[in-house]
Parts: sequence; structure tokens; C-alpha cells
Amino acid sequence: MKKTRKPKSITENGKKPAQFRLLPAVLLSALAVGLGYAVLSLPSQASGLSEPVAANLESSGVSNPVTAVLLNFRGYDTLLELGVLLLALLGVWSLGAAPKRRESSPGLVLEMLSRLLVPLLILVAGYLLWIGVHAPGGAFQAGSVLATAGVLSLLTGWRLDTRFSGLPLRITLVAGLGVFVVVGIVLIPMGGRLLAYPPSFAGALILLIEAAATLSIGITLAALFLGGRPETGGHS
Amino acid sequence: MSYVPDIHWGVMVIVLPLAGAVCCFLWPRRAVPLGLVTALGIVACVAGLGWQVVEQGAQRYAVGGWGAPLGIDLYADGLSLLMLMVAAVAGLGISVYSCGYFHRPDAKRDKAKHFWPLWMFLWAALNALFLSADIFNLYVTLELLGLAAVALVALAGGADALTGAMRYLLVSLLGSLFYLLGVALLYHGFGSVDITLLAERVEPSPVVWAAMGLMVTGLLLKTALFPLHFWLPSAHASAPAPVSALLSALVVKASFYILLRLWLEIFPFANAALAQLLGLLGAAAVLWGGFQALFQARLKMLIAYSTVAQLGYLFLAFPLANVIGWTGALYMLLSHAVAKTAMFMAAGNILYFGGHDRIVDLDRVVQRLPLTITAFALAGVSIMGLPPSGGFIAKWLLLEAAIRAAQWWWGGILILGGLLSAAWVFKVVGYAFTQSEVPHETRTVPASMEWTALVMAVVAILLGLFAPWPLALLEIGSPFGRENAG
Amino acid sequence: MSSAFLYALVGVGLFTLGLYALIVHTHLLRKILAINVMASGVFLVLVALAARTQGATPDPVPHAMVITGIVVAVSATALALALMLRVRAETGRAELAEESQE
Repeated sequence: MKKTRKPKSITENGKKPAQFRLLPAVLLSALAVGLGYAVLSLPSQASGLSEPVAANLESSGVSNPVTAVLLNFRGYDTLLELGVLLLALLGVWSLGAAPKRRESSPGLVLEMLSRLLVPLLILVAGYLLWIGVHAPGGAFQAGSVLATAGVLSLLTGWRLDTRFSGLPLRITLVAGLGVFVVVGIVLIPMGGRLLAYPPSFAGALILLIEAAATLSIGITLAALFLGGRPETGGHS
Repeated sequence: MSYVPDIHWGVMVIVLPLAGAVCCFLWPRRAVPLGLVTALGIVACVAGLGWQVVEQGAQRYAVGGWGAPLGIDLYADGLSLLMLMVAAVAGLGISVYSCGYFHRPDAKRDKAKHFWPLWMFLWAALNALFLSADIFNLYVTLELLGLAAVALVALAGGADALTGAMRYLLVSLLGSLFYLLGVALLYHGFGSVDITLLAERVEPSPVVWAAMGLMVTGLLLKTALFPLHFWLPSAHASAPAPVSALLSALVVKASFYILLRLWLEIFPFANAALAQLLGLLGAAAVLWGGFQALFQARLKMLIAYSTVAQLGYLFLAFPLANVIGWTGALYMLLSHAVAKTAMFMAAGNILYFGGHDRIVDLDRVVQRLPLTITAFALAGVSIMGLPPSGGFIAKWLLLEAAIRAAQWWWGGILILGGLLSAAWVFKVVGYAFTQSEVPHETRTVPASMEWTALVMAVVAILLGLFAPWPLALLEIGSPFGRENAG
Repeated sequence: MSSAFLYALVGVGLFTLGLYALIVHTHLLRKILAINVMASGVFLVLVALAARTQGATPDPVPHAMVITGIVVAVSATALALALMLRVRAETGRAELAEESQE
């Protein structure tokens, strides 16, 4: 850290003055040592929950343990988490309309690249969604890749047609959470509990939820990139 | 206990507001009826869950049918039930009030469109939080709650509200990260995130002390215990009136609820010095918040500082550590939630009526808004802790707990805090009767806004008259332990 | 000391480093970044310690938790950035006003 002595300045380089920096530095070093000590005191061998996960993997409907935890064993967390993502978008939209960008041509390279990449990215997203059943991948990875396709298109000046930016867009945004909740609820009268998939359907149900979630995550992230409400047509 | 009833009330309590949020988002023009129907549905489901808990005792529900430690459990005992009921009562009031507030003739329709889905999300987060028995799941609900609350504060627009919301967001995220690191340490130390399993497995060790320090700090930051309250007044005072009400009544209580659960279940061996420290900070909050409230020029800022003070009372139970003390703190939480909702609603009415909330210029508002001032005064009775209000019962219980624990000096804080509250309540009511020099133009306040404020204030008083009933609920599942009861 | 602990210690370091940056920097963008560094530290602790299974497949539960955490962090960051732009548009500065004796 460079030390420039300018005692009277309120901020230098957007930092608080030096005398206000020393105390936190000392205290936080102590905190780091304390936390480090606590971490090192953990047993060097621990399997956590990997045994119960492995034992129940058979009836979870998928063979990738992370997907099994995410969509089945702790699926309720994931349901709420899709809520968090949707909520963030609601929050951003409530702040106002998307900032106007100056119309500028994206340039040849970007345009060519996006034309090449967007279909490829959508394909990769589909692949990641599918592979998530038994290997690393899944809805969140697929959704983020889908979002990059959206962001790339937005960067080249593409905007969603105002015909679709009302209810159709909103339905796409809530699809992940909506399908998850509906599946979870429908299972209750079938003799189960919230989100208790019967093992014979579990795989199909998880894929259904993941497909809807991928779409919603991708579109939501791309919409977040816009930084505000998109323009809608005359009626919503 | 093996009998599983057909309707899973606990699940409905969480899923209903989520569905309401989605519907309000999809059909913004129908948001008001959708929101009100959802609010009524939530109240009905909480009543259903209450009936179930009263009839069958504390309920545990394994989401997905897996059960802890693999899955996530929901748990409802008297404590969670009482929290859900507070949220239901205050939530219904706030929903009705918002119909008037966001749909006034001159209000921007845009705001209402965004208010309803955000508020439904916030309610879902609260209910999910009060029912969760899993510390990682609690993290997710905390974030859901925090983001919804921040977005609702920002809804007011303008520099004050946006800056307040920004600071609130940073503080909220910081608190969550402290909490999450604690969760990480506990999970890696003991192989579970279920509260009951952790309670069985945890024993004093460096990891537990570190986790406790992190989680308690994070939650205190979110609960705005003095001196970590710096973010609260600006956020609570600059928000739209119904949002101020729900932030002060419910949102800060949610992190207190988690703290209480962890303290009682996972960290019962926490040493007495830390409990004394929390009690001292609580006492400091009561005095500091009270003094600051007394010197505020704006009504909403005053009420926000009073929240800082009232939160302090909740922490007086920690050094006492007996069942009566915890019950008193919970009763304080309950009556403060209802009274503060009424008070912020009244402030919202005054602000709307005169276009400002400067206390010295209240200008005989009592003649024009008699219901609102009555609501403010009645809520003030509960906040001061005068009989027969809910606040009185709470302070009485805390006093009794202090005497039983042979720490009578905490009683002095109760009296001093009450005097400070009395001073600012009388100051505000006094100005409401005085003619000010500058007459101002006025607008008609919708009747629904005035009546909701009054009804909430009356409920705060009734909480004192019908205290045995909630107190009996609180004993279900003995959340505060059995061995040192009575 | 196994590599799991080494990574976990790096996680603790990132957490405190982020906290330091959050305290000393006044620009909101830096504060938001600092929060993200802190979050990465927590995620690193979660994931690193999941590998204490002596060669067997690492514990999948913390991995799922981190995915959840990342989504939460992304959502919060998006909201924070949008809010920061609003604060700047309204006050002309992407900083929080100094709290004077609140």
C-alpha cells in the first residue's frame, strides 16, 4: 500500500484517510488469524453428507450428485433461490426504465462474432442442461451460457420486439419458479410431500424443472444486463 | 403425531405468497385484488397451521420427504407460530393500508405495480424464515428478505431513499456473508445444517466460537442493535409509509428470530460475558435511541429512532436467560410490531395530509385527522409501556425476569426507556394540538388509511388485555427450554 | 497441511481482504466489488473443505450450496449496480454521504 501523506484530505483515490485505514487493517488481520486458526482446527478428514447422498442417489432420478442435491435433496433451497433471482429483476425494474444507449453500429467483428456465437451458445446451453443429469452441468450453468447469448445480442443492438416485452416476456421470466412451485404442489395430493418426487418420475420431473429454470435464468440474467425495464408496447 | 393431515398448512403459508408474487407480477393491473386475496389466504393458512400446532403440538415437516440431514426440514412450534401470526396481522393491515396509499388519486400508478410483487416476495421470505429449521435455508430466506426490503425502500425514489436503500443493501449483504461463513464452518465441523442435529453435535471448540462470532455479528448488524444501527433510521424513515411499517415491524425482527433460535439451540453454552455484553448494548440502544428520537425534527425519523430503542429491549433477555425473560422479549417484539405499524401508518397519513412531517409544523392536525392522532397516541401508550397495553405486559415480564435473575438493575433501563418514549410521544401529540405559524395546504386522506392505523393501534392495546392467549401459544414445544421453567 | 486447508485459508484471506476494502473505499462500485470478493472467499471455504474425503468424490452438498450462493450473489450484485446508477443519477456521486453522527 502506497503511503502518501495528505492529512487534511477527506478522500484520496476514493479511500478514507490513512489514519482510518490502519485500525481496520490491524483488526482485520487479527480476524483473519482467528478465522484461520478455527479453520485449521477442523478435522483433516470428514466426509460430510457424501455418504447419505451416495446412498440415496439411486432414487433421486439423476446420477450427478450435485444435481441431485440441488434439484432433489435440497430442491427447496433452489426453489427459493429462483425466487431471489426473479426478485432481483423485479427490484431492478422497479428502479426505472432501462437507460437509453446511444445508437452505434456494433462493428464488423462483434456483429460477425455474435452471429456465429449466439446459435452455438444456445446449443451449448442445451447440452449443459442435458449433461447435468449425470455429469457437471445443469440448469444454472446452462442458464448462464444462455444469458451470454442474450448479452451478446443486446451488445450488438438487438432488442426484444415490444410485442413480446409485455406478458410473454414476464411469463418466460417466471417460468422456472412457476414450474418448480407447480410441480412441488402437484406432488402433495399424490400422496407425497412438497417436492417429494416419486422415484420413477424423478428424472423426468427434474429435467422439466431444469429446462424451465434454464430458460428463466438465461432471460433474467440478460434482462438484468439491460439495467432496467424494457420498453413495452402500448398495452401490457 | 404420525397422522399427516391432508392440508399442509406450513407449506401453504410459504407457497401462497410466492404464487401471489408471481401473479401480481404477471398481471399488474389486477395486483390489488390478487394481493388482497393472497393476504387473506395467508391469514387463513396461518390460522390453519395454528390450529394444527395447538391440537397436535410442534410440527416437523420434511420437504421432499428426505428429512435432515440430507433434506431440509420445516419446523413449527409456539415461537415460530407466534412470529407467523405477527407477520399475518401486521401484513394484513399493511396490505389494506397500501391499497389506499399506493392508489391515491395523485400517486404514481407505477409504484403500485411494483409494490405488490415485492411485498408478496417479502412476506414469502418472512414465512419461510420463521418455519425453517435449516441454517443454510435460513441464509437463502434472509437474502430473499433483504433484497425485497431494499427494493421496497428504493420505491420511494429521491436521493434520501436511494442512498438509504444503497446503504441498507450493503449492510444487509455484509451481514448475510458473515452469517454464511458461520454456516460454512458449522457444516464442515459437524456435517449438518439442521438446527436440531447441530444442537446435538455441537460442543465448544474454536470452530464453534468462530462460527458463533460470525453469525451473531452478522445477525446483530441486520437487527440494527446499537451501535450497528447506523443504517436503520435513514432506510426506515425514507421508505414509503407502508414499507417503513413493515421494515420496523417485521424485517428487523426476522434476523432477531434467527439469532434467538441459534442462541437457544446451537450455542446454549455461550458464556455469560457475551450475554451481558448483548444486554448492555441493548440498554445503550434503549437510551441512545430514546434520546435521538426526542431530538428529531421529522416525525418519521423520530419513529425510526424509536425502533432502535425498542429493539434494545429485546436484548435485555439475553443476560437474564430465563423463560420469563425470553417470553417478555417475545411479547415486546409482538407488541412493538403492531404498535409501530400503527405509528408509521399514522405518520404516513400526516405526511400525506400536510405534505411534510416536520413535527413543529403539525398545525392542529388533531382536528383534521382525529382518527390518525388517536391511533398515534394509542400506539404510543403501548410503546411507552403503560397499562393496559401489550408493551406494559412485555415490560412487566422483563421486570419480573430481572428480579428472578437477581439483576434488578435492568429494571431501571425499562423505566428510563419508558420515560424517554413518553417524552417524545407527548411532544408530538402536543404539537398536533398547537397552531403553527405557517398554515399549509392539505389533502384528504383516504378513510381506509386512517381506519387501518386505528385498528392496528387498538390491537396493540388489546394485546395487553388478552395476553394469556399468546403467552400460552408460546409454550407449545417449549422453545425456551423446560428445565428452568416456572 | 493438505491442499484443502490451503485453499480454505485463501478463502479466509479473501473474506477479510474484501471486508477491508469494503471499509476503506468510498466509491460504491468498489464497495460492491469488495462484497463480491468476500462472497468468493466464503464460497472457497465451502468448496475447499468439501474435499477432505481422502481421495473419494468430494462432498457434493457444499457444491450445491455454492451454486445457490453464486446465484444469490449475482442477483444482489445486479440490484446493487442498478441502485448505484440511480444514486449517481440522483446525487451526482456514486458514494454514500458521510454519516454525520447518526
